[in-house]
Amino acid sequence: MITFILNNKTIRTTEHSGMTLLDFVRYEQRLTGTKIGCREGDCGACTVLVGTLSQNSMTYQSITSCISPLGNAHGKHIVTVEGTNLKDKLTKAQEAMKANYATQCGFCTPGFVVALTGFALSNSEHNYNTALDAISGNICRCTGYKAIEKAAYQLVDNLENQDKHTVNWLINNEFIPDYFETIPQRIKDIEAKDFNQPQGKFVSGGTDLYVQQADHLADNEVHLIAAKDKLKGITIEDKNCTIGANSTVSDLWNHAEINSYFPKLKQHLKLVSSEQIRNMASFGGNLVNASPIGDMTIFFLALNSDVTISNDHGNERTMPLKHFYQGYKTYDLNDGELIKSIHFKLPTNSTFFNFEKVCKRTHLDIASVNSAIHLTIENNNISEAHVSIGGVAAIPKYLHETSTFLIGKPLTSETVINANAVLQDEIAPISDVRGTSDYKRLLGRQLFFAHFTALFPKQFTLNDFVQHA
Amino acid sequence: MHKHNSNKALDSKLNAVSMSIKQSIKNLDSYTHVRGKSLYVDDVNIRQGTFHAVVFDSPKAHGHIKHIDYSKAEALEGVVRIFTYKDIPGKNQIGGIIPDEPLFAEDEVHFWGMPIALIVAETEFIARKARSLIDIDIEELPVITRAKQAKAKGSFINAPRSFSLGDTEKGFAACDYIFEGETFSNGQEHLYIEAQGAYAEPLENGNIKITSSTQGPTAVQKTTAQVLGVAMHKIEVDVTRLGGGFGGKEDQATPWAVMAALATYHLNQSVKLILNRHDDLRMTGKRHPYESTYKIGLSKDLKILAYEAEFLQNSGAAADLSPAIAERTLFHATNSYFVPNVETTVISCKTNLPPNTAFRGFGGPQGMFVIESAIAKAAHEIGVTPRQIQEANLLDENDTFSYGQIAKQVEAKNTWNSATAIYNIEALEQEVEDFNKQHSDFKKGLALMPITFGISFTNTPMNHARALVHIYLDGSVGISTAAVEMGQGVNTKMMQIAAQVFSIPIEHIKIETTNTTRVANTSPSAASSTADLNGKATLKACNALLQRLIQVASEDLDVSEDTIELKDGFVYCNGKKSELSWTTLISKTMLKRVALTENAHYATPEIHFDKTKEKGHPFAYHVYGTAIITTTVDCTRGTYEFDSVKIVHDYGKSMSEGIDLGQVEGALAQGIGWMTMEEIAYNDDGKLLSNALSTYKIPDIFSVPKEVEVIPVETKGHDLAILKSKAVGEPPLMYGIGAYFAIQNAIKAFNPNYNLKFHAPMTPEKVLLSLYDNQPI
Repeated sequence: MITFILNNKTIRTTEHSGMTLLDFVRYEQRLTGTKIGCREGDCGACTVLVGTLSQNSMTYQSITSCISPLGNAHGKHIVTVEGTNLKDKLTKAQEAMKANYATQCGFCTPGFVVALTGFALSNSEHNYNTALDAISGNICRCTGYKAIEKAAYQLVDNLENQDKHTVNWLINNEFIPDYFETIPQRIKDIEAKDFNQPQGKFVSGGTDLYVQQADHLADNEVHLIAAKDKLKGITIEDKNCTIGANSTVSDLWNHAEINSYFPKLKQHLKLVSSEQIRNMASFGGNLVNASPIGDMTIFFLALNSDVTISNDHGNERTMPLKHFYQGYKTYDLNDGELIKSIHFKLPTNSTFFNFEKVCKRTHLDIASVNSAIHLTIENNNISEAHVSIGGVAAIPKYLHETSTFLIGKPLTSETVINANAVLQDEIAPISDVRGTSDYKRLLGRQLFFAHFTALFPKQFTLNDFVQHA
Repeated sequence: MHKHNSNKALDSKLNAVSMSIKQSIKNLDSYTHVRGKSLYVDDVNIRQGTFHAVVFDSPKAHGHIKHIDYSKAEALEGVVRIFTYKDIPGKNQIGGIIPDEPLFAEDEVHFWGMPIALIVAETEFIARKARSLIDIDIEELPVITRAKQAKAKGSFINAPRSFSLGDTEKGFAACDYIFEGETFSNGQEHLYIEAQGAYAEPLENGNIKITSSTQGPTAVQKTTAQVLGVAMHKIEVDVTRLGGGFGGKEDQATPWAVMAALATYHLNQSVKLILNRHDDLRMTGKRHPYESTYKIGLSKDLKILAYEAEFLQNSGAAADLSPAIAERTLFHATNSYFVPNVETTVISCKTNLPPNTAFRGFGGPQGMFVIESAIAKAAHEIGVTPRQIQEANLLDENDTFSYGQIAKQVEAKNTWNSATAIYNIEALEQEVEDFNKQHSDFKKGLALMPITFGISFTNTPMNHARALVHIYLDGSVGISTAAVEMGQGVNTKMMQIAAQVFSIPIEHIKIETTNTTRVANTSPSAASSTADLNGKATLKACNALLQRLIQVASEDLDVSEDTIELKDGFVYCNGKKSELSWTTLISKTMLKRVALTENAHYATPEIHFDKTKEKGHPFAYHVYGTAIITTTVDCTRGTYEFDSVKIVHDYGKSMSEGIDLGQVEGALAQGIGWMTMEEIAYNDDGKLLSNALSTYKIPDIFSVPKEVEVIPVETKGHDLAILKSKAVGEPPLMYGIGAYFAIQNAIKAFNPNYNLKFHAPMTPEKVLLSLYDNQPI
């Protein structure tokens, strides 16, 4: 039995755990404020909050309910727009949207309100930029967003520039209704024991599987693993980082120590997806999706990561990620095996890491080409190099030849230009909806050059690599 | 007693009315919007036993249907029935302008996604599963996906249309410069966030009520009646609101409503049909792609003396609204410029794409893109800036449009001069130049975009509306019009009108759903005219009621009518407040058996158009404006951002500044999207490749201009605009066209050898390939 609190109501349901949370909320519970826009996590109209109990208080994150399995709600507090409503007056997020004309047709509005409420509830810094990040996964076709920006800024001002507020403060100041106060105890009381998990397809966050095969998952048994703690967690030991395959992109985003090793991490991850998706998408899922343009896969390939794979019997094996992929959507994983974790060496003072991605729309889009690089520089010589690139081959590609070519070379524009020639021989892009092969070739070159101008701005400009008038 | 109390409460609220409605009111739907309580068609409480439907559509773009096997689908548990053209009791025909579009394919399919059957089941999930069990065998025929291919094969929707002014032959003979070229502008998906849908319910006597997400309730009613072979009065269509329309639900909301009604007709049971996003993207038409050629001639002093253009409109597989859209392309082919010699032709080309349809701007943007391309090309070749050519040719008072209308109350130069002065165009251009000198990896580009857009349905007979206004005996007011609320704030504007006439608080006015039984035979909410037409009708009805109320008050107070006004919920006499409150006045009016209901009809005066001559006065007025768009292009990655868009816009005298600003900002973002990231892609077999939100990208919060500034031009407004507040829905979309040219100018700054191309949208792919035009990788 799946048990959770939906707004102010305890739910116990025997519905199929693979049905989407959206369908349950809209059609079983008739909470029609949660809208259907795209059913693939790309518009945010179905945004709800998921509250997780940790150390006697709740942590809330926004997710798109259309690609979230109902079973993942087990033991959580799910908040829809109706669950944010006060009696007979508007919350601060709602008032900000109204006052700034940030709603026209109103169809996307509940998603924005929920995401903004989640922002107010979150422990992250509350400034204008983080407010926009919080609604980066919400699409509006009417307003052109300027009014929504103003609404988001007004909400930040209402939060009085404090980073963290108690639930009581938020209740007293009309950000959320007062039942939120009762939730931690009620979550404890419902004693959400693991419900019986059927054997079936492994599903973690569901952000890819539900885009591809929602009907199939709703109709067949699924094995939900998002709640499995042993697959979670980011640990740093002896300059090595281990990321549990079940960790979400947000787990990485929020990890202070990792951010200190990768100062541009948030900038990079912002390109990967919206906040709603980052809150759900697991690294293991990104790796086994095996998309040739999987952003995090490209990221980890350049970090020369290893993956540890475990099976039903508890046996484990570890292999380099760059040898994991065999062909289009095929990889070295047997029946019953799961990716358990990802490991890589953390950057040092002499290493340089960069990630690049270009798509039609800069944010919340799938790359035409993406690329990452990890260089070790000693005395202006490249002593170690790992370059990866996506969108130009059947697999997310580790550029063996290009990486080997770079090793031992001086860090000069000549090296970079010659390495591009190697790179161009190593890739084989095809034309598709994300671009023509000619474009992807050119873009591959440009992103390779961009790594060097981004990492060594004092040493290189674009002019060092390309000719133009 | 109870009644008395409520009247007292109302009266006390009336005292607190602020009459500065214009500044203070918000979109009145926003309270329920932000609480998730607004009802859209998929939110309506459905009746017990409601069935759900899914459309089975063609998996090929063109061919003969040889065989369809429904047996496995029909055998699936929970499937109720599958309907095809054979089940249509009336006509299998939904074409609005030209009867060339069947509801369901019979022997042939003409586009990928063409409806063939309707699967009705106990749940949508079952219906979708059943759909996957249908086997179809299609003998494929050649597929046309581009307008040029259609033209070569002689595949047309109707006869070409041409507008002509002066004599282009003589005009070109007098020119110092003549340039010719080709342009392409792609289609655009509406991407209303609420997909198409309808809910049909059986009433007694075979009557059917349809709740539809449509901009055109009468079109739904009429077409349903035609397909079912019943009289129109048997079909009631009701619309609460739309989760976005943008033209996509003007004509193309109809088939889904008709299908649901067809199933209800046969099953005598409620049927809901809501398209999922993939079905919606695949089955519905979009903004028309245009392939065009132009010839422009200028004198030495940069006056455009002659302009010729041929527009090939990719209409898709059926007419839909294409002929009307084609016509508007001609109306706006010279944008904000006076050109003495014009010859323009538009050809609606029949292809194997879904029938393309209305989209904000309605063919106007496609026409404007071509002349702006011609100007950019001419400027590049002559060695001047496009601004110099634009500025030298702006419309003036009493200039003649190519369709014969004389330009009056022209604000083209006013908005242009205001924009260039207020925003200091020279300084902006200097900033761009300085930046480009200092940076090699980023380049800025700037473009100006003037707009002139005609307001009225160009089909003159459509310019009418009605309003039904009830004052209930407690003093509250209910208004029904033909206007459909889809985010444009028309409900708020209607309320404002009544509140202003009656001088009562807007809380006491309710805008009813749009319903064909209350307001019949209506034009769709389209052509930016909804507030004008329905607002004028509402104003007329309210004024008629006001006149009666004043008469009753004058009798009651025993003063002459001309001394009386209604103000802040009370009757004022010679400027002094009387004891007579609004609610008491209403009670007294009732007791005197004077009607508290008025039904008013409004038809736009002055307009006419003769299609045999292609001349007339089709527009009530024009809307003008000028935008300055600045972009920064990342010359490493081929990506771009918009630094700012600075606009001077002709609102007339805006009646709702917040709402109207929202229309400008929203339309601008859509226009920029059309010109930049929104790329529709079909393969040569006619299959839509940009078939999901993961492959079709519309602007998100990070991709809209960092700064948008809109200043109203100083003007006295226009009498044919409601309360002198001009139509605002469509015109600002065309500011977005400037985005294309701003990016192009940045590319030129990086790569002077770049050959100008006019092929929209300007995706990051095209930018990067242009930056490195003809360079080896």
